[in-house]
Order: sequence, then structure tokens, then C-alpha cells
Amino acid sequence: MSFINYASREINCKIVYYGPGLCGKTTNLQYVYQKTAADAKGKMISLATETERTLFFDFLPLALGEIRGFKTRFHLYTVPGQVFYDASRKLILKGVDGVVFVADSQEERYDANIESLDNLRFNLAEQGYDLDKIPYIVQYNKRDLPNAMSVEEMRVDLNPTGVPEFEACAATGEGVFETLKAVAKLILIDLKRG
Amino acid sequence: MASPQMVMYDEEFRQINIVIEKLLREANAKVIFLVDKNGQLISGVGEVERFDTTSLASLTAGNIAATGGLAKLIGEKEFSILFHEGEKDNLHISIVGGRVILVVLFDNRSSLGLVRLRVKKASDELTIIFDGLMQKAEEKEKSGTTDFPFAEITDDDIDNLFS
Repeated sequence: MSFINYASREINCKIVYYGPGLCGKTTNLQYVYQKTAADAKGKMISLATETERTLFFDFLPLALGEIRGFKTRFHLYTVPGQVFYDASRKLILKGVDGVVFVADSQEERYDANIESLDNLRFNLAEQGYDLDKIPYIVQYNKRDLPNAMSVEEMRVDLNPTGVPEFEACAATGEGVFETLKAVAKLILIDLKRG
Repeated sequence: MASPQMVMYDEEFRQINIVIEKLLREANAKVIFLVDKNGQLISGVGEVERFDTTSLASLTAGNIAATGGLAKLIGEKEFSILFHEGEKDNLHISIVGGRVILVVLFDNRSSLGLVRLRVKKASDELTIIFDGLMQKAEEKEKSGTTDFPFAEITDDDIDNLFS
């Protein structure tokens, strides 16, 4: 749920990166943080364990620029991917405007992807959202790994509805901004519809 | 959508700032923030430039969401007040009108008792303003007289953001 502030002429939107543990959600945000100009980003916050696993969320505020005199801000969040942090994942989905599902392309993580996607759909429904009706993007991450499945194979279960999808390697940054731009664009188009 | 669009207009923004500026003085606080439950900063008064307000807003909302989850687990609706005590500075966090979060940062020039007392009074005033704001937004939506600037944006406008 975006927040439109006529007083300060700002519009704030929330994007959530979802996906199984170690799929690269935090890495996506870290890359965006590294490559964004200092005046367009805020501080990146990571609530993580000592072993750098996301415990609650990562948060990165971005200011994209102005549309019709309104400053456009996007707040990027990741969820903790590990299965047992489900209660935290639900909280982070509150008020979401757009979702990026980061899939791990490695063959041995395929079941984890499917489980996470089911979990996303279920948790969104609990908050009153329908995954098929909100701005939503699929990212196939870790394309550089030798054990990566083909996108054609992954698409069958992970993108049956044919939403915009991107191949990525978040560690090197490939596909990261393409994914972010696509979801931001879908959110703005959604806002335009009202 | 799960909940209605959060909108803020000039008039209500001024009214809200009057209330929290008064609270800042009366509670002898350093900074006061109002944050949407989704983590978006609504307004802030006092020594705001000393703090990373965006991060504070996001973490406060996360904090409220986490304690709200705890409350539900033990059969409570929510914990409406949180208090964090530091060596020098303290945070008093409360939920206003079930919808927004009021954050008061204060040091030893004030006291928890004083802050609680003043927050209670200010909360009642803020609740009335936010109720009115919600009603106004709903009426505007129903009558179709929204002055929402995004209705007229073009694909080019959107593309330009990323150029």
C-alpha cells in the first residue's frame, strides 16, 4: 500500500524480495546499494545473524526522482528465506506494493523454490493480497552456476502465469537493475490505474 | 487491496505537526516521529536532522510488527506501548488510532511518566485527525474527485525515472 503525501509531495512504495534461503535476495539489495549514487539512497539496514543470514529483514530506501512534481521513493525489503522464519516473513509482506520472487537456479534448490513460492502466495492471501493481481516479477538467479537448470524448465512451476521474468547473477549484478526497474514500473502503472 | 491507500493532505499535515510540536515541548522530548505501520515516515519534529529518519521509521514499524506478532501469540490484540531505555536516550513508542506509530525520543531532561501522560493526550487529538483524514480520502475516492497526480502519467514519465 503506497503512501501519497500531498504535503511533502512524495509517494512511497514498498517492494519485497521473496524467495528460498540463500537464493540471493540480500545480494540483490547489496548490489543496488553499491551501484546507486549516494544522493539517491539511504542507509542499508540488515537485521542478520552472526553468520550473515537474514534474521528479520534487509531494508534499502531509494529515491528515484520526480514524476509530475512528486518525489518517488521505493523502500526495498527482503524477507528471511529460511523456512522457520515464516512468522517474520508474514510481517514484512504487510503493505507491500510489489513483489520480486528470487528463484535459485540450482537444480538441488528447485523444491525449495516451489515451497517458497507456495508460501508467498499463502502469506499474501493471509494479508488480503492475490499474487496474480499485484505487481510481481520473477528473477532466475545464479545463472552463472554450472548446475543451473534451464529457464524453460524452471518456468513451468515458477512462472506459470507468465509474469515478467529476468535471468540474473546477483553477485555480479547481472539482471539486478533490470528486475528492480521492471517491478518499479509495474507498481507505477498500477498506481496510475488507481 | 488489503487496506485503503494512505494519503496525506496539506491541511491535516499542518494539524498533525501542531499536535506533535506541542507534544515535543510539553513532554520535553528531543525528537518526535509519526510513522505509518508499513514503515513510512509521516512527519517528524525536533532534532530530526541528527537522525536517519527513514531507517528509524522502517525499524520502528518492524519493531511494532514483531511485538504485534508476539501479542497475538499470547492472545493479546496488540501491545500498544513499547518503551526502550538506553543509557542516555530513551524511546517511547505507541500506536495511535490503531493505525500510526508515535515515536518519542527523550533523555533525562524528561521522564517516562511525563512522556506517557503527554502522549496519551496527544494520541487522542491525533486519532481524531487521522479518522478525519481516512474519511476524507474515502469520500474523495467515492466521489471520484481524486487529485491524484499519477492518473495522468505517461509511459515516458515512468521511463524517464530510470534514464
